Amino acid sequence: METNGTKGLLLEEPLIFEKSSEGRVGVEPASFDVPAADAASLIPKGLLRDGLGGFPDLSEIDTVRHYTRLSQWNFGVDSGFYPLGSCTMKYNPKVNEDIAGMPGFTKLHPYQSTDLAQGALELMYELEGYLSEISGMDAVTLQPSAGAHGELCGLLMIAEYFKAKGKPRTRVIIPDTAHGTNPASSHLAGFKVIPVKSEGKGVLTVEAVKAALDRETAAIMLTNPNTLGLFERHIKEIADAVHAKGGFLYCDGANMNAIMGIMKLGDLGVDVVQFNLHKTFSTPHGGGGPGSGPVGVRKVLEPFLPVPRIKKAGRKFKLVYDRPRSIGRLKAFYGNFGIMVRAYSYIRRMGGEGLKRASETAILNANYLKERLKGTYQIAFDQPCMHECVFSDKIQQAHGVSTMDVAKRLIDYGYHPPTVYFPLVVPGAIMIEPTETETLETMDRFIEAMKAIAEEARTNPELLKNAPAKTKVQRVDETRAAREPVLRWKGVKK
Amino acid sequence: MEFPKDLKYTKEHEWVKVEGNIATVGITDYAQDSLGDVVYVELPQEGGTVTKHEPFGVVESVKAVSDLYSPLSGSVTEVNDAIIDSPEAINEDPYGDAWMIKVEVGNDSELGDLLTAEEYQKFIEEEK
Repeated sequence: METNGTKGLLLEEPLIFEKSSEGRVGVEPASFDVPAADAASLIPKGLLRDGLGGFPDLSEIDTVRHYTRLSQWNFGVDSGFYPLGSCTMKYNPKVNEDIAGMPGFTKLHPYQSTDLAQGALELMYELEGYLSEISGMDAVTLQPSAGAHGELCGLLMIAEYFKAKGKPRTRVIIPDTAHGTNPASSHLAGFKVIPVKSEGKGVLTVEAVKAALDRETAAIMLTNPNTLGLFERHIKEIADAVHAKGGFLYCDGANMNAIMGIMKLGDLGVDVVQFNLHKTFSTPHGGGGPGSGPVGVRKVLEPFLPVPRIKKAGRKFKLVYDRPRSIGRLKAFYGNFGIMVRAYSYIRRMGGEGLKRASETAILNANYLKERLKGTYQIAFDQPCMHECVFSDKIQQAHGVSTMDVAKRLIDYGYHPPTVYFPLVVPGAIMIEPTETETLETMDRFIEAMKAIAEEARTNPELLKNAPAKTKVQRVDETRAAREPVLRWKGVKK
Repeated sequence: MEFPKDLKYTKEHEWVKVEGNIATVGITDYAQDSLGDVVYVELPQEGGTVTKHEPFGVVESVKAVSDLYSPLSGSVTEVNDAIIDSPEAINEDPYGDAWMIKVEVGNDSELGDLLTAEEYQKFIEEEK
């Protein structure tokens, strides 16, 4: 079959430090128009450095070529299909970048008085409102700077709630399908993590949750749909059970791309949710830009939201700090504002109906992939999925081929590999999330590639073991990189 | 895959060798095989205590990070620091060089909960 992978003109490039040539400069600053003073006469001796080592001496063209070449080795959603499960690598429309690049936004300074930043505050206020509407929550903070930061924010508010009542609680229940960030955030917020197994064919059962629940349970933290791409269909009863014990239901919103506009988490009994704007709401993701993890809460937790809050008084917007029960500030200034502008632009352009259609298409695409690849690869749980589906290497294992080999071979076919070896409950997991932004043709070509690789695994497993073969760098020794990491440039050996 | 008959096992894939009141603990051949190349291990301090079913350390491979669950409660009398510098021993010799900790058993009755080699083998067959 035809493949996308090819050898382009990719140039070798050393580390920027190795390109340095003493005395070479990129920019000549203008000459002084005031008399030069000796630094030692102006700055106390203890604060004066005796040199500025470690910077390479480069011309402008060498610097530009360096970063341009590195960028050519890169692979992103703008270059090809990137079906990372649980990461929602959807295409981000460029109009969002245009809006975020408007000088009124980019030239704002966070210390500017609120009188001169009314437009920005209005945008944030409205974005909070949209996220409230989408999730069915009563109030939203935009401050957290990533999904896990949002989780921490939500859990700190829950901890504070129980502390304020004079009855601190110690435990958070987390299913075995959870993202690793869930137990990590719980631990960081001071809770003990109680794991619970997804016994109902990949989803949580009410019985398992009830068995783990007690009066020490501050919250149960689940992701819906979960990381197997399955809808936690007992969520309402689970919510009732945790509420009956006085605890909260936290929903990790990482997989919201499957449900926006279709249902509101608030209607299912969710009390806290974080939004991953960089996944669901089309903002740069995966090294492409900072993240943003707003948090929505029910009214009872609203007093604990981080400060400052944005309030509307008449036609004016202001920042309110006087909130004695708040958990305080979680981030310098007001969160990653540029990302909020992109999400706002995306939501406004899509509208309610558009968001709903995005989720529906994401689900349709994932089910199409699942049905077409089922049988070629072992499906973990054979039932209709939401926005992603999970396979394993069980069939390929017979030929000594692992998920890692399949993933590496996909690179030769011109695709970014899917998420592998996660969720942990599926050994050798291959987790595929096509998203709503891919065409039928793109998915068909990917499916053909996956089938061709399964055939190669049967007839020529060595091909997979040695993959990728077409890339600039071939199979790297991941074990050695982890056992003997070299994390910084240590200078030119002389 | 090997499961020596003179060892006891847990459903969390640890093995235990009991000699007098000292139990030596490590992870099984099946565990190291499922994890893949181990790159990092975290073990408790000598003199510390471990509790049955509670994590006593962490093992990290190129695929995943997993807790190590203590099969027994008691105090840690010895720690195999050598595997911290050479975690590959866990893949190469899980029942020998890569033992992890020695525990002075506090409660003999806990020993009864451990699985025999046959029971453990049957358990992992079912888990597959």
